[in-house]
Amino acid sequence: MNNGKRSRFLFTVTCFGMAFLYIPMIMLIVYSFNYSKIVPVWGGFSTRWYTVLFESEVVWKSVILSLKVATVNAFFATIIGTLAGLALVRFGRFKGRTLFSGMITAPLVMPEVITGLSLLLMFITLKELFGWPDKRGFTTITIAHITFSMAFVAVIIQSRLAGMAQDLEEAAQDLGAKPFRVLTDITLPLLAPGMLAGWLLAFTMSLDDLIIASFVSGPGAVTLPMLIYSRVRVGLRPDINALATIIILVVATGVLIAAWIMFRQQKQRQLELQMSDED
Amino acid sequence: MPDPSNYTDRPWMDPEAEPFIKVQSVSKHFGDFTAVDNVDLEIYKGELFSLLGGSGCGKTTLLRMLAGFETPSSGYIFIDGVNMNDVPPYERPINMMFQSYALFPHMNVEKNVAYGLRRDGIAGDEINQRVDDMLAMVELTQFRKRKPHQLSGGQRQRVALARALVKQPKVLLLDEPLAALDKRLRENTQFELMNIQDQLGVTFVVVTHDQEEAMTLSTRIAVMDAGRFMQIGTPTEIYEFPESRLVANFIGSANMFQGRITENGPDHVIVQCKQPDCEFYIDHGVSIQEGNKVWVAVRPEKITISSEASDYNGNNCIKGIVHDIGYLGKLSTYRVKTADETLIDVTSPNLARPKDGNLAMDWDDEVYLSWEASSAVVLTK
Amino acid sequence: MIKQSLQRNWKSLVVFVPYFWLLIFFLAPFFIVLKISLSEATIASPPFLPMTEWVDEGVMNIKLVFDNFLYLWEDDLYFNTYLNSIKISSISTIFCLLIGYPMAYAIVRADETQKNILLMMIILPFWTSFLLRVYAWMGLLADQGTINDLLIALGIIDQPIRLLYTQFAVYVGIVYTYLPFMILPLYANMEKLDWELLEAAADLGAKPAVTFITVTLPMTIPGVIAGGLLVFIPATGEYVIPDMLGGGNVLMIGRILYNEFNSNIDWPVASAVAIALLLVLVLPMMLYQHVQAKESEAK
Repeated sequence: MNNGKRSRFLFTVTCFGMAFLYIPMIMLIVYSFNYSKIVPVWGGFSTRWYTVLFESEVVWKSVILSLKVATVNAFFATIIGTLAGLALVRFGRFKGRTLFSGMITAPLVMPEVITGLSLLLMFITLKELFGWPDKRGFTTITIAHITFSMAFVAVIIQSRLAGMAQDLEEAAQDLGAKPFRVLTDITLPLLAPGMLAGWLLAFTMSLDDLIIASFVSGPGAVTLPMLIYSRVRVGLRPDINALATIIILVVATGVLIAAWIMFRQQKQRQLELQMSDED
Repeated sequence: MPDPSNYTDRPWMDPEAEPFIKVQSVSKHFGDFTAVDNVDLEIYKGELFSLLGGSGCGKTTLLRMLAGFETPSSGYIFIDGVNMNDVPPYERPINMMFQSYALFPHMNVEKNVAYGLRRDGIAGDEINQRVDDMLAMVELTQFRKRKPHQLSGGQRQRVALARALVKQPKVLLLDEPLAALDKRLRENTQFELMNIQDQLGVTFVVVTHDQEEAMTLSTRIAVMDAGRFMQIGTPTEIYEFPESRLVANFIGSANMFQGRITENGPDHVIVQCKQPDCEFYIDHGVSIQEGNKVWVAVRPEKITISSEASDYNGNNCIKGIVHDIGYLGKLSTYRVKTADETLIDVTSPNLARPKDGNLAMDWDDEVYLSWEASSAVVLTK
Repeated sequence: MIKQSLQRNWKSLVVFVPYFWLLIFFLAPFFIVLKISLSEATIASPPFLPMTEWVDEGVMNIKLVFDNFLYLWEDDLYFNTYLNSIKISSISTIFCLLIGYPMAYAIVRADETQKNILLMMIILPFWTSFLLRVYAWMGLLADQGTINDLLIALGIIDQPIRLLYTQFAVYVGIVYTYLPFMILPLYANMEKLDWELLEAAADLGAKPAVTFITVTLPMTIPGVIAGGLLVFIPATGEYVIPDMLGGGNVLMIGRILYNEFNSNIDWPVASAVAIALLLVLVLPMMLYQHVQAKESEAK
């Protein structure tokens, strides 16, 4: 009896929570097909706002800038974050390790306004001292994004490495592989899924960032979130609903495909395991 | 004078033999914790040597020092006469079979086995030949293209063995080689391991917590506790002549009685115990003064239990009642309580099928226990 | 040659690259913020006076100006805003916990397939744009928005009630966007728990409520702390949510900082605000770091 009551309570809360998470997004999508210019007033089905969106050069420019930043950022953040994770988990104690691990965790929770402000002031100082970066835009946004997203990559890599038995690396050494060889033959291939996850996370975080980009960007460099923000902070805009719909669908498709692939692999493994036990 | 031809099987008896592995006053500390405490050990070529002990006794740390994954805090390790202290694992003439097998999950069986040879820069043809031979030996030729997760536990164990042996190491270290297998498979694999070792003549050093495994496999066993060796010897020596109560209890089980030496002759000793109130006549002399406190150990299977007093002649025997019976099929264990409330364990083979399902002896039956003069061992520590 | 030296020195390189990056782009910037917070505002580019001047040969006279901090302290606006930020983020954290805890619990106890689907549903919003999810609430909460329409249609109210640009809207927005940050650490913590302990407690005669308070809750405290901090810390410095959903009515410190910097162009005061915010958050951040370190050691 008690068990039934408890699970009914859990079920209700979960449904309520999921509805809370998803209804706003569903409404967002519904109103993107609204003919009316005033978002919450239904004026019949239409795809006119998608046309408006696709014809806007400003939107395209910001999409391209955002994708460029996200790609370059994800590439470097994955490399640097992986190195950081390796150093933290596999190198034992080294000089300044405490400071290092502190600098890795801090960006995870640092309010964006602080990170943004401090990076902007850093860029200005660097310019005064070295004359670089002479213009704020793509480069400064990318550097800023690498700085916070590498921390997230490092955390993913750290937990992967901690879960990965050190046995494998020792076995390779035992069979005659020098430490660098162990890294390239064993550690990195086994880290590949973690690095992919890190890459994806860094990519989306960069696409998602508004505040840090607003601080470190210069004239003319407008990322997609900056563009969206400048349009919606004054009120509702149907073309933004259309844009949101596209973004949500792209992300959802990506996540679903990834989940499906993972599910398939899991099934395959279970099947193979059963087969091997029958031998 | 022992026959010199015996030395091939027992190199440790040969005063002229050079040890192949020499551990010299090695200690290992982790912070305040001493994992290995100033141990000396000599292992000879072709031996199948076991390090036996409970968890945390230091056996794994010692093995990892041999492999080179830990450096001794003090002392030296020599292999084939070479000081290994500064030699990294990847340059040691030693290979290891890990407890988890540590097969590379992203490589198939063939690549796993060939990995070590590749690192040595051996020519491709030779690698193929040696991998083929090795896979044939462990009967995995048909599985050569499979990934580790597609193999059963026993197959994985054989891949790990093949991968370590294909490099033709001077010494193979095995960390709990059979722990991950189920009981039936374990028995078969034990003999397989012994065959392979015999065929290749490689020196094996095995870490195990399983005393039965150590007894079956080994030429010699080192019993470890708290970072030290309690006793080093052949399985028979360790079982029949334990040097301490700890070893006697760790390998098999033993009834342990405290008493005083009342008579110490050249070929026998007599120990008077209070619990049970009984005199033990033991047919080996000891170098201990009369009147000293000692322990007498008698293994349960060396005691005869009988309901008739015919064997009862006052020496090395005692009367009691059956307190508890455990029926194990091929044998039964009896716990017998003597008049002074001492409990003595006895195991006895069930030679005849019990009549009407009743064992020859029942609870609260009066029984007589007796043992040979050669069965008991006198222990001082 | 390059390959050889790489093989020899790769370990120091592995540490050096991320270390150097973080020193330059993460640690050093804070010192610059600190430095600027201690200098005077001026109308120039950049809009602050250098605080170090070379007075005599080699004698450096550091002109520290605590005016900016004094200004923050004396102006009620700033002080109240700090308090308000902490209040809003604390209450939001509690609501996230109240909703997130049973959800995480339900996910952990669900069977394998359901578990995967539920987890994916929690993570999915996390991958979609944060800005757009906040924007979605503008449509729901507006005077002519979905919620008001619904309430009027149901005859509960005649006139639209003001939902958007209120403190309430900010709470909804924060709980909504940060809920996954609460659920995921809780889930990670609960997944590792030994559920047999609950059965043991029940077996020993504890009623479900007693079991929950004496066994479940104490075991999940690390998850509660990690999740709570992951919501509380960033929510305190939140800018977008109060700006979009709170309008001009809700003052939060992230907004003040942003406005001070962009509209008033008073960099020293903005920097002082940032440093003061950091001081408020430094304890929770250290606590989070401590919890994380303990967690990874436990592995």
